[in-house]
Amino acid sequence: MTNALQPSEFEVQDIMINMGPQHPATHGVFRMVLQVDGEIVKDLIPHIGYMHRGAEKLSETMDFRQGIGFMDRTEYLAQFNAELGYVMAVEKLMDIEVPERAQWIRMILCELNRLSSHFMFTGAFGTDAGVFGTSFTYAFRWREEILDLFEEITGDRLMYAYFRPGGLAWEVTDNFEARVRQVLELSKQGIKDIDGLVTNNEIFKARTQGVGVLTKEQAIDWGTTGPVLRASGVQMDIRRDEPYLFYDQVEFDIPIGQNGDVYDRWCLRMEEMRQSVRIVEQCLTKLQPGPIQPERMPRMLRTPPGEVYIRTEAPRGEFGIYMVSKGGNRPHRLKVRSSCFANLQSLRDMSIGQYVADAVLALGSMDIVLCEVDR
Amino acid sequence: MKGILKSMATTLSTFARKPVTREYPETHKELPERDRAFPVLLWDKEAHEPFCTGCHACERACPVECMTVLMKDNPAHKSVGGESGRRKIIDKFWIDYGRCMRCNICVEVCNFDAITMNNTWEGHEKSVYDRADLVQDLPMLLSEHRSGELKPWVNE
Ligand code: SF4
Ligand code: SF4
Repeated sequence: MTNALQPSEFEVQDIMINMGPQHPATHGVFRMVLQVDGEIVKDLIPHIGYMHRGAEKLSETMDFRQGIGFMDRTEYLAQFNAELGYVMAVEKLMDIEVPERAQWIRMILCELNRLSSHFMFTGAFGTDAGVFGTSFTYAFRWREEILDLFEEITGDRLMYAYFRPGGLAWEVTDNFEARVRQVLELSKQGIKDIDGLVTNNEIFKARTQGVGVLTKEQAIDWGTTGPVLRASGVQMDIRRDEPYLFYDQVEFDIPIGQNGDVYDRWCLRMEEMRQSVRIVEQCLTKLQPGPIQPERMPRMLRTPPGEVYIRTEAPRGEFGIYMVSKGGNRPHRLKVRSSCFANLQSLRDMSIGQYVADAVLALGSMDIVLCEVDR
Repeated sequence: MKGILKSMATTLSTFARKPVTREYPETHKELPERDRAFPVLLWDKEAHEPFCTGCHACERACPVECMTVLMKDNPAHKSVGGESGRRKIIDKFWIDYGRCMRCNICVEVCNFDAITMNNTWEGHEKSVYDRADLVQDLPMLLSEHRSGELKPWVNE
């Protein structure tokens, strides 16, 4: 029997499919409209804003102490880094000198936070890539150790509210150094585990190599920062380029990727975790007893009029705080430069021409936090 | 192939480890002393009254405005024949735990060390069927410390 229909008689039409906002692979409430031709993504339109809470506007009504808690909620996987940006902006406006010990502790906590955030990435990304629950349970086991340490110090597992303009809210626990060392050992074990489980696995490699490629030029054009940019081969890290805290006094390498694909982003983050361990180890040797708040700290936090922009290297890229003050005890305007927001723009370039399942991988490899994108 | 075998070996090696999970509702992880659950008021065991004088400092500093404080003249003050040194004392106190974001600011601003963050499991496990039940009044807020359940903490 001959086929009555010849292929040319079909009218080929692209289908629009809606992915999200409540989709387990979109890491929160993120919606993308995919224009697909069969399995191939022809176009991708990201829709954000489902998690918009007006954090920037809300911060204008909060004084400088109250605003810290909201920064935690802006970036709920790298809370210390977010708090750091905020308090550094206030410190710069008020011209406060932060004691050394407070700076070192901040640095330790920020790097441990980077570790915990990257552990989260390894877990979530493994799920995207089809390792399913295994990577999640492996990663969370080790992330939990870090969170336990944070809980002992700050009293909360996620919303720390621990940094204050001028230093820290209270002294760390007595066994802080021993505990950090212990957690580092466990984290090393964790990195080894996940590395062994996933990184060199041929199935994982076959799934991720050459997927979601972002070239160097595209990465720069879209203003991506952090691991996404570095995986595309641009060596840019604010910790080295514009050192804040004491990053100029520690040694660390900045890994870069070759191909800018999803696999590179994975490997890069694994390497970054090792570097974080290295940084924390160096910080511990330099930690001296001393005050954690400047001696003469005003009781009321009031800034002179002015504006500052503070950039810090958060686990997901450049986290910037632009703060305008007209005097008084609260910011006149606060703008959060979200790293994920900029990174997310490159999603379209990463996904076009790939399978739908690969778009999910590309999204996962950016390690987005929707809360930070929408603020 | 080598990579897959290595993955298998990693998985196998975890069989030898002790489990880290807990049977949650039955067994609780021990909470660190500094743990911050929800704010509770402290009870002055010597004067038999709350430390809180109802000064409104915490109410004003709270970022989410979840506290309501009413003050009254202390009926047990020395001037009226009592023994207490507090001229003013708390009359009514409500904290809406549904709104509280556990930021610790109220503890920091209190000049009378009258409020602290709960660090027991009682403070964490506040599930109710009605949101209105999350609003705690003065006896509720004082009960934790009166019964001596709180663990001491440096900031207290
Ligand atoms: S808890 Fe402290 S700050 Fe709040 S009303 Fe009572 S005494 Fe004042
Ligand atoms: S902890 Fe913060 S949000 Fe909760 S009652 Fe105290 S000041 Fe208000």
